[in-house]
Order: sequence, then C-alpha cells, then structure tokens
Amino acid sequence: MAVKSAYLARKGDKPPKGAKASDLKNSGFSAKEEIQAYRDMLLIRRFEEKAGQLYGMGLIGGFCHLYIGQEAVVVGMQMAAIEGDQVITSYRDHGHMLACGMDAGGVMAELTGRKGGISKGKGGSMHMFSREKNFYGGHGIVGAQVPLGAGLAFANKYRGNKNVSMAYFGDGAANQGQVYETFNMASIWKLPVIFVIENNRYAMGTASTRSTAASEALGARGEAFGIPAEQVDGMDVRAVKEAADRATEHCRSGEGPYILEMMTYRYRGHSMSDPAKYRTKEEVQKMREEQDPIEQVKARLLKSNRASEDDLKKIDAEIRDIVTKASDFATNDPLPDESELWTDIYVNA
Amino acid sequence: MPTILMPALSPTMEEGKLAKWLKNVGDAVKPGDIIAEIETDKATMEVEAVDEGPLTSILIPAGTEGVKVNTPIAVIGEADAAAPPPAHAPGTLPYEATDSHTKPHAELQATVAAVKAAQPAPADPDIPAGTEMVQMTVREAIRAAMSEEMRRDPDVFLMGEEVGQYQGAYKISQGMLEEFGDKRVIDTPITEHGFTGIAVGAAFAGLKPIVEFMTFNFAMQAIDHIINSAAKTLYMSGGQMGCPIVFRGANGAAARVAAQHSQDYAAWYAQIPGLKVVMPYTAADAKGLMKAAIRDPNPVVFLENEILYGKSFDVPKLDDWVVPIGKARIARPGNDCTIVSFGIGMTYAHAAADKLADEGIDCEVIDLRSIRPLDLETVLASVRKTNRCVCVEEGYPRFSVTSELAAEIMTHAFDYLDAPVARVAGKDVPMPYAANLEKLALPNVDEVVAAVKGVVYAN
Repeated sequence: MAVKSAYLARKGDKPPKGAKASDLKNSGFSAKEEIQAYRDMLLIRRFEEKAGQLYGMGLIGGFCHLYIGQEAVVVGMQMAAIEGDQVITSYRDHGHMLACGMDAGGVMAELTGRKGGISKGKGGSMHMFSREKNFYGGHGIVGAQVPLGAGLAFANKYRGNKNVSMAYFGDGAANQGQVYETFNMASIWKLPVIFVIENNRYAMGTASTRSTAASEALGARGEAFGIPAEQVDGMDVRAVKEAADRATEHCRSGEGPYILEMMTYRYRGHSMSDPAKYRTKEEVQKMREEQDPIEQVKARLLKSNRASEDDLKKIDAEIRDIVTKASDFATNDPLPDESELWTDIYVNA
Repeated sequence: MPTILMPALSPTMEEGKLAKWLKNVGDAVKPGDIIAEIETDKATMEVEAVDEGPLTSILIPAGTEGVKVNTPIAVIGEADAAAPPPAHAPGTLPYEATDSHTKPHAELQATVAAVKAAQPAPADPDIPAGTEMVQMTVREAIRAAMSEEMRRDPDVFLMGEEVGQYQGAYKISQGMLEEFGDKRVIDTPITEHGFTGIAVGAAFAGLKPIVEFMTFNFAMQAIDHIINSAAKTLYMSGGQMGCPIVFRGANGAAARVAAQHSQDYAAWYAQIPGLKVVMPYTAADAKGLMKAAIRDPNPVVFLENEILYGKSFDVPKLDDWVVPIGKARIARPGNDCTIVSFGIGMTYAHAAADKLADEGIDCEVIDLRSIRPLDLETVLASVRKTNRCVCVEEGYPRFSVTSELAAEIMTHAFDYLDAPVARVAGKDVPMPYAANLEKLALPNVDEVVAAVKGVVYAN
C-alpha cells in the first residue's frame, strides 16, 4: 500500500513486532541517561502496582487505568522536553504525571480521593492537572485531549515561544473524528504539537485489528494532512527519546506538527475491572519476557557494567520508599472537607 | 413585461440599499447578466437578470436606502402600451412587501421595530446621569465590544468560520481582520468539534479566545468541549485550571430555516455548573455583557439572535461600558403583573405590555439578560410587589428556563402569588418550515396578553 510504504520508508526503526531490542539501530544512551530512564520507568511501574493493590483493597474507587508496560513512551518523550513544554493525555495518566515530576503522594492521594490529592480529591484517577508542571490532564473523554493539546500548541505559537505540546492518545482514540479535524488545523496553522499515538493494540477490549483500518500504521494517517510521522519501538526508551528529539526539533523550528506512533503494550487490563479475556496469557507473557522496557535497560546497564546489581537494588529501594510514602500519605490523609463540594465551580471574577 | 423585484438575500432580510446599477436604461440584458448591486446589513450582493430584453426603466435610483424586499426596482423588455411606473425619488417610495409569506417573521420584525419606537429606554441605574446615548445595532454593539476588548488585552482573539476574510457570516466581525490581523482574527475550517477543542486548550494555557459559532445549532458538534472540557476542568483540577473563553453566535429561531437551524440553547447550557450563560436583548446589554464575558475568567456562553442583529437601540457613549453578568434589568416598571423574559422573548413581552397598558393593566417587564447565574432576587422582588407573573421565552416549553423560573418563584414567593405562574414558550415541536406552521410554533404577543389577563383574572 502506497501510503504505508511511504510512511515506513521514512521511519527510523523497523516495527517492533517480533524485533529484538538488539536488532534496533538506536543511538546509545549515556550512563546517566540509562540510569535516569531506569529510575523514572521503575517509579511508574511500582506506583502503578501499588495503585492496583490499593484498588483491590477498596481504597481507590471508580475507574483506574494502569500504565504498566507502556513506561518507556512517556519517559523517553520527557527526556526530550524542555522547561515549559506541555503534556496532555487521556485517562491512562498516572505515568505521565509522574514523568512530568508531579508529586507521587499527591497523585496517589487523588486516587484515594483525599484532601491532599492533586485535585483536592475532586478529579480522581482520570482528571488530574498541574499548572506548575505543565500537565494539562487527565481527560476522560476519548480523543478530547487531542484538540485541547493542539490548543496548548496554539498558545505557544501565539506567544512566539519555543515550547512544544505533547498530546498523547491511544489507538482507540485514533479513530475519533476530532483527531483528524485537529490534524487538519495543526497542519494548516503549523502548530508546534507532537501527536504521540500510544498504540498498545487494544481499544479497551477490542483488538485494533478488529476496530482499526491499517492498525499498525496509524502514523501514516498524518500523510493525508502533510504531517510527518514515524513509527517507533515504544518498548525501547532509547528509540523513543531519539524520535522525540527529531519531533521536538521539528516543532521548535516552526515546521508544524509531528506524529510519533509508539508501538507499545499494556500488561494489565484496560481498567482494573477488565479481566482481559480478549487476549492470551501467553501473548502478555511473551511481551513481558522479550520486550519489557525496564528489563531492557536493566540488562544493558548490567551488561555494559554501567551499574551493578547492588546499584540497581539501591535504586529499587529508593523507588519503593517513594511509593510506600505516597501510599501511606494517600491512605492516611483525611477526606476533603465537605465545604469543598461548593468550591472551584467558578473563578471569582 | 417582466418587472425585477428587490430580492431577499437572506432568511431575515427585510430591506436593503440599492447600491449601484450596472446597466443603463436601453442596455440589452440577457439572463445571467449582473444588473445591480444590493447592500444588506450582512453583505453586498449582485442581482442577476433572469429575463431577456432591453432594460426599459429603472424604478429605484442607485443609492436608495431601505428598499423593501419585493419592491419593483426595474423593468426589462419591450415597452408595453401602458407606461411603466414612474421612477420615484429616493425615500419617497410607497414601499410594500407584496408577499408576506416569504417573511413569516415579518410580523415579529415589525413588532421589534414598533417596540423600539414606542419604548423610550428606561433610566438604567448603572448608567451615570447625563450620559450621552448613541444609536447602535446589536451587530455593531457586539463588534464594538469585541474590538474594544481586543485593543485592551492582547491575549484576546477571535476564531470561527468566516470571521476573517469573509467579514463574518452575519457581518459581526466586519473590519476586524483589517484591524487585528490574521493572528487574532482566525478563519477556521468547518469543524466545530476540533476548533472548539483547540480554543479551549488555548484558554487552559491562559489565552482568552472568543469562539464564534455561525449558529449555536452547529455548536452541538462541539458541545463535549463546551461542557466536559471548558465547564468542568476548574472543578476537576481542584481550582488550578480555569478556562477564560467566550462561546458566542446566533441562537434560536431565525426565519424559515426549519428544525435543524432553529433552536434555543439557553436552557441546555444554563443547566451546567461551571458555565455562565447570557442572552442580551438590547444593543446596550449586548455590548456591556460581551465586554464582561470576555473579561470573565470563566467560560461564558453568549447567545445572540439573528433577528435582533440589525435592530438599533440606545447605547451609552462611555469609554468602558460593562454590564455585570448575573444582573437582570427592570425594562419597564409596573404594578399589576410581572412579565419575565430574555433575548428575543423581550419583543413579545414589551409588545404585550404596551397592549395591556391600553387596557389599563400595568405590567412590570424584567429582562433577565443573564440566564446563569440567574438574578432571582430581582424577579422575586417584582413578584412580591405585583403578586403575579408570566414568564416568556422562545425556546421549547419542557424543562426550560421558564419552567425553572416558575419552580423558583413557587418555592420562594409562594405566599405572595395571587395566581399560578403562567408560561408562554415555543411549542413542543421541531421548528416547521412552512410559514403558517412556523408562526404557530413560535410564541406570539397575543399569547402573552392572554396569559397576563389569565393571572390578573381579567378574562
């Protein structure tokens, strides 16, 4: 297919399906970058495992969508971000917030609906924001964050700064009409936005092969709008960072939007209430064993002698400590004051 | 011998200016030839001939203003034995629409005009005594308000379909592209869902967008972003992420545009915590409320009306005329019965009050101006004085602004009521196209008169 081949010809890497990390031609990370990536991804992994545990204990309510398996995407992207770059995503947002540097305790306390939560307990898992960290949510309506993210880019362009907006969405949202309305405007107005498609192959319980035309070439859809796109091994944080560098440079130089289709995988169900019967245990197990983003970095660190087992254990302990503290805070913090029901509906004019 | 009539160039056009003749008497004219240019309040349009023959006579000279639709303007063809009608001097023509069926809203538009003529603006306590007033259309008032705010604050910008090069589908933004440039007056593709999302995102980032919907009917494509993104994010973010944005455009029934283009959204948006909703009637309120809406740090839905765009009102000549959101206006003081309305509903309210005054029934007319927040205090104070109330709106009658008013008045002024609150609204049907049916679907002055007589037991 012409579109697909043009798209694949421009991308840097082979599709990750069946590919081994060692097959991919990526620029190497420095030791510092490897350690940072390891640390940041591990924080998300451990945080999400704890969130899953608290959900099971009834301490977190409602919907709770875990990011386990997809950590390399947001961590690699954030490694290319500069101060002031904005991030906006869907309801699968805990990892993005941690990667933006938001406080783990505040995020966890929002999950438990407590006073000290990032949104004072009024947003929950799917609706958190941080003006300070330029994190613009946390949106519960599939696809809504895509034009909103382009709007953040619009503001960057209006103000003439060099910042870039990173708008994340999944393969499910990629079928939403507003995504293409946004591609069109982002392209004609040359908005500095990176559309990061996290293609984890399942839109809730529907395999993308069943719901999505050309489901492994979602970035190719940018072609119709003149938006350059790359397909990236979203399980390899180095490939993500390298593509993010190209995308951010493109946007910052005034060339308009860029699409990165991250081929990734979520290990858990769509939400905590999803038993994931639509795929085999073997499929998940194979991804975990062969392509786990954290294990890839760990193996490289040890093989290259950039870190010892003891060094990594030390990092693991630090991370566990952060997550334990966040969990303790989130389970001991009081519920919001009842007066909060009536606040934050309007900004006082 | 074919007579060329002044054409109607939009659903609500009543009259226009015959700007220019492009053919002279005696010229040969073929079908498709452009023979004249006509200016409406919306646009300059060309008139094409449909008949063949020499241009026998020009009945309306170039430059004539206020030529009513369907007035004969020229004659094509060989001269009949009978002499053609003589040309008239500008401004002296016995203009008369010959086909009232083309203008079902003509009656209402006449009402709008009559009300204006009969109604000296009551002294507004917010206007300093001695303030000079200038005549301005609602259209000009909205444009002036946006332009003043854009001069004042570089973060304010306008986006929407045809707002720039086309000069606005309803000419609201005429001239603004020239003044502010295409960075701040932005033409969008016809994709409401997408551009509304982009505007809301820009507002999250601290800019102050004005989003023009060509009509609010099309905003249904974007309603997710108005409600889920713009209205709720402040709350969901624990107060961090405000959304200073104005959603504005024509709302409600225009004329003969049928069900999908004739709907009043006041009640829809007024239901949503986090939104403010205003619906001005006069040009003064349109200007003052638009300025308040742009300065408001919250999302404001600003509902306009196509039929009111061309109507003139007195507007205070002040450097910075701002009308506070959430404050109703006593448009006409009275003692026997309170009539509450808003937006174009005020035309029925005023006309009914005029008629009732002739019969000795003295109505107090309240213009809500803002639907959310609702100024119940002003309404209740009036009802406690008159002990009777009729609520009027053009929108659907069920789960409506007037049903909300009736409930609130019952709750807070039950002991003051001498009769149940009466309501006059549009009928509970999709807007029909046929002129007679459309007229039946809309409220009318007689219904308001009858409702008032009902609550004062004058029937």
